[in-house]
Amino acid sequence: MPNRGAVGKSGAELVMDVERGKIREFARATGSRNPAYLEDERPVVPPTFLTTQLIPQGGDADVMQLAAVDLQRGLHAEQEYIFHGPPPRAGARLTFSTTVTDMYEKQGRRGGAMTFVVMVTEFRDEAGRLVAEARNTVVETSPAAEAQP
Amino acid sequence: MTGQVLTPPEPSVFGPVTRTDIVRYQGASGDMQPIHHDEEYARAAGFPTVFSVGMFQAGLLASWAADWLGPENVRRYRARFKEQVWPGDVLTCSGVVAREYEAHGEGRVDLDLVCTRQTGGVAVQAWATFVVPDVG
Repeated sequence: MPNRGAVGKSGAELVMDVERGKIREFARATGSRNPAYLEDERPVVPPTFLTTQLIPQGGDADVMQLAAVDLQRGLHAEQEYIFHGPPPRAGARLTFSTTVTDMYEKQGRRGGAMTFVVMVTEFRDEAGRLVAEARNTVVETSPAAEAQP
Repeated sequence: MTGQVLTPPEPSVFGPVTRTDIVRYQGASGDMQPIHHDEEYARAAGFPTVFSVGMFQAGLLASWAADWLGPENVRRYRARFKEQVWPGDVLTCSGVVAREYEAHGEGRVDLDLVCTRQTGGVAVQAWATFVVPDVG
């Protein structure tokens, strides 16, 4: 079960260097051939690129462990990105950390509780300006809901 | 903006989705969750086979919108994951203009976006806001 005591807590502050090659790789992997990504000297990141924040975290976001989300039962419900101006460009060094902002339960359609966990990541540039936010909502179903035939 | 109405481009069609597409996305994103590429792992977890990463189809849908209105103009993108996507699925990304308005001295547009499977089932529903340059 997710740990309600994690609400308000933040993971470690990490650094992400926005790299041109990574932008190209990500754009191609998400079906874009846009020269603004592939040919520009300093392309902006694609809309969902900041999901690569997982890389410096070693694949599993440590804040998920903080919230005790079971990755076997956890499903990604929603993901949002907000940009306070044009998205960051290649060459930017972003500092980010993730906070567990909310946790709530809903009744599943097949019975059993579903626990929603909301995590917000704030990305700041080298001047400390908030340039982007990511809001990640995961849902963990209780064992009862899955025991249905 | 003088009442100009933006016209969305044709929907984009992607697929059939291959395991290679899924693995390419996982490598690019850093999400190496094995349920999306390890057949034995997926079966042991009770699934018939591997399935796609939600963020892959969310990324395809974002690409359709950003290729239309310009990658530098996106200000918000919110995706809700609905049906799972399986190898062999053909995905269609499209969207409509929900609202054109001015905010912070700029022209803006809100989009309602959808990525559907060949069954007609919705894989991803999304909402986006873009700045529309030179018409604000």
